[in-house]
Amino acid sequence: MSGTQPGTPAFPEAARDAVRDGTLRGNLRHATRTIRGKRARAVAELDDWAELRAAGKAIKDRTLRHLDHYLVRLERSVTAAGGTVHWAADAAEANRIVTGLVKATGEREVVKVKSMATQEIGLNEALEAEGVRAYETDLAELIVQLGRDRPSHTLVPAIHRNRGEIRDVFAREMAAWGRPAPDGLTDRPADLAEAARLHLREKFLRAGVGISGANFMVAETGTLVVVESEGNGRMCLTLPETLISVVGIEKVVPTWRDLEVFLQLLPRSSTAERMNPYTTMWTGTADGDGPRAFHLVLLDNGRTDTLADEVGRQALRCIRCSACLNVCPVYERAGGHAYGSVYPGPIGAILSPQLRGTGSAVDASLPYASSLCGACTDVCPVAIDFPEVLIHLRERVVQGGEATRNGVRVRLRPAKGHAAERAAMRAARWALDHPAALRAGQRLVSRTRRLHPARLPGPGRAWTDARELPEVPPEPFRDWWRRTRGDAR
Amino acid sequence: MSDGRDRVLARVRRALADVPRGERPGDVPVDRSYRRAHGERTAEETVALLAANLAEYRAVVHRTAQDGLPGLLRTLLARRGAASVLVPAGLPAHWTAAVDARRVDDLAASTARELEAVDSVVTGCAVAVAETGTLVLDGGPAQGRRRISLLPDHHVCVVRVPDQVVASVPEALERLDPRRPLTWISGPSATSDIELERVEGVHGPRTLEVVLLEVSGTPDAATHGGG
Amino acid sequence: MRVALFVTCVNDTLYPRTGRAVVRLLERLGVEVGFPAEQSCCGQPQYNTGYRREAEPLVRRFDRAFAGYEYVVTPSGSCAAMVRDAYPRIGAEAAAEGRGTEAAEAAARAVPRTYELTEFLVDVLGVTDVGACFPHTVTYHPTCHGLRALGLGDRPRRLLSRVRGLQLRELDGAEECCGFGGTFAVKNPDVSAAMGADKARAVEATGAEAVCAVDNSCLAHIGGVLARRGSRVRAVHLAEILAATEEEPHG
Repeated sequence: MSGTQPGTPAFPEAARDAVRDGTLRGNLRHATRTIRGKRARAVAELDDWAELRAAGKAIKDRTLRHLDHYLVRLERSVTAAGGTVHWAADAAEANRIVTGLVKATGEREVVKVKSMATQEIGLNEALEAEGVRAYETDLAELIVQLGRDRPSHTLVPAIHRNRGEIRDVFAREMAAWGRPAPDGLTDRPADLAEAARLHLREKFLRAGVGISGANFMVAETGTLVVVESEGNGRMCLTLPETLISVVGIEKVVPTWRDLEVFLQLLPRSSTAERMNPYTTMWTGTADGDGPRAFHLVLLDNGRTDTLADEVGRQALRCIRCSACLNVCPVYERAGGHAYGSVYPGPIGAILSPQLRGTGSAVDASLPYASSLCGACTDVCPVAIDFPEVLIHLRERVVQGGEATRNGVRVRLRPAKGHAAERAAMRAARWALDHPAALRAGQRLVSRTRRLHPARLPGPGRAWTDARELPEVPPEPFRDWWRRTRGDAR
Repeated sequence: MSDGRDRVLARVRRALADVPRGERPGDVPVDRSYRRAHGERTAEETVALLAANLAEYRAVVHRTAQDGLPGLLRTLLARRGAASVLVPAGLPAHWTAAVDARRVDDLAASTARELEAVDSVVTGCAVAVAETGTLVLDGGPAQGRRRISLLPDHHVCVVRVPDQVVASVPEALERLDPRRPLTWISGPSATSDIELERVEGVHGPRTLEVVLLEVSGTPDAATHGGG
Repeated sequence: MRVALFVTCVNDTLYPRTGRAVVRLLERLGVEVGFPAEQSCCGQPQYNTGYRREAEPLVRRFDRAFAGYEYVVTPSGSCAAMVRDAYPRIGAEAAAEGRGTEAAEAAARAVPRTYELTEFLVDVLGVTDVGACFPHTVTYHPTCHGLRALGLGDRPRRLLSRVRGLQLRELDGAEECCGFGGTFAVKNPDVSAAMGADKARAVEATGAEAVCAVDNSCLAHIGGVLARRGSRVRAVHLAEILAATEEEPHG
């Protein structure tokens, strides 16, 4: 990834403000609980969900273990169907390729389908720097763009905004970007959607270049798949003369038939529908239908570094459904912005520190942004073992070790700021492995229990700020056992 | 360009150093014991499920036999107040024989702006998926270019039942040709981006009407090219 | 049947009454219980915080401590899950990093003999009525490790449903994490406290006199938040309820 924004706070600090924002908490609580319930009902309709999920996981694992094979196959298929394939090792390279392609058309503006990959590489900013204006056309992304905001959820990026705030953003900002908001715009969602329809319609009709990501790329046929709800995707994918799709290399699936698994897993996990309103599939270019030029930019940007980690690799199975966000108790309280990247929630906690490395404060804190409750793994349609990866990344943070950065094998040093903890863990290990010492410590705690303060100083404050300490008993269990049973086993 | 390609592929191969050299993709097992379709249904029950699921996603569903189709299409367009109707080149002529609205042909030279000004569009489809309430258009003669079912605000889609209806997503993919541009449509355009409140109709057609055209026996000459 | 109690370091130090309750309960059911003094911590705090190497000697210690026992029973869902899920991984990584197969062998011996208390009662002893009496209203919080890592399912509820006098109250959002999460509680104190407050509110809304669970660490958090809120709801380990009888009402 292009790296962390300088000054991005670590997760606990960023979460602190979110936890205290009552409006945000209310919005998130309502949203996540609503989608969570709907998803459970949609999934329960299929009595073979477990088998579909196992197949989804297996197809992705097969793909990842032979990614070179499938990427080459994909390139051949896309090229044969009239498309052009480009390869980008990092964000800068991808931005350079896309900017060059846009400028070669002579266009000064592009319409965009919601795409995590282009957000990840900061494409809009890169285009802006070259004098090209990028219009986000997904309703939520439009809200975020007009409000100079950041997305906070994968599926519903403006979920942290309520209708009143959205009305104000539209009324204030639309004029600077094109057709102004209608006079007397209300905060009814239907009216706000209509304002977006009118605002974007003229952009769709004149657009010369569309930019998208993709949900799936089929190696066998060269087919790209975009699933969406509003129809802005169809507009961007079919009306412009030129289409540029920027897609992470992990989005490839081997065969056409594999879509039968993912087109069942994704909508039910994501919007909790049997099927999303629109899915577009295209293979290269078609005579007289849709763009005349199609460019596919295959993006690495940290994915091969992730792939190199045998435990962390499974994060690349992700199909961006956001089911993990909607069940995550931490996401629900902290909100999406606290994760400091375009990937919030549990998937962000395991993906960002792999794509970007664990060097920054926020990336080193993300593996700890979880109580390891495992609710995410339960709902994940490709069975990512989140706790396993989180613990693995925690080890990388505190112990350092081998990792791959920018394609190079490196030896990471333990992250700063964990020295005291590391010393405490070593001391505890020693005591726990020497029961006599442990018993002495327990007795000390028991005998001094009347002297213990109710609120602890230093790091212990983190506990006693919000909860009482348990009362220390007069006698540890092992002393009771010895006193009543003797030393007999 | 080839520089980026070599670099990315080399990184992928280095990253997969743990994969045994002799392992082939097919050696990684994929268990496909999931169902081809959910539940046992007669053809008629499958059509009924399609109708129910389309309706649940707020499509307006109609049923008619062959001889009723021209009259039904005229009624639907008239009820809508459509002055013009967009028609793909291969749509059976008699389908729209009775409509009052002005026919606009789907031409390669038409601009998006011209097509957007048309009130309604009538198309056929390639296949419909009962379990999900989905219509799939593949650019066949009765369907036209992808943009024509996108720009007008009113889309009437005719599905031949039961022969164009399949039960499930796996069955639909088997019937489709990936080389054709495909549009899967499940209800009218929708968004839930504002406080999760569902709003129908953002950019695609705000009204989707589906005509289930009952065809007995094998597809006859009248519906030839309807797919 | 040779059964060892693995009391866990948290229970040993802070909740000895839970350990005593398990002993009393198992002995009442005719089980002879041993307590090998060499036992210590399962290593979960170290492992879950990223200090896998510091947990490795504890895997070997666990194996040594319980050698010769057919069953190891523990009143902690998360410590049982640690043994079952993490020990084999620690063993495999130790081997892969060239430190021999000792930890892997220790894990292979530890996993099949280790049972969380309710698993042992229902699956091994085959009992759901343990002859308990607890005439109070109680709500049950299924802890994350019990629920998702071990898959305890309805075992705890089946046991509770046979306790005389006990009235079980449904807990809204029961399957949601309470916010403890080991070192999560101190590394992300604000989020942890917010989760704890929501759980405490749900517990209070049941109107129950007590909240029970199969893990005292989660109960320390929930109980600590309840106490700070001035609530009168008590946090009680499930073992103490199952150990309680008319003659010995406090388990």
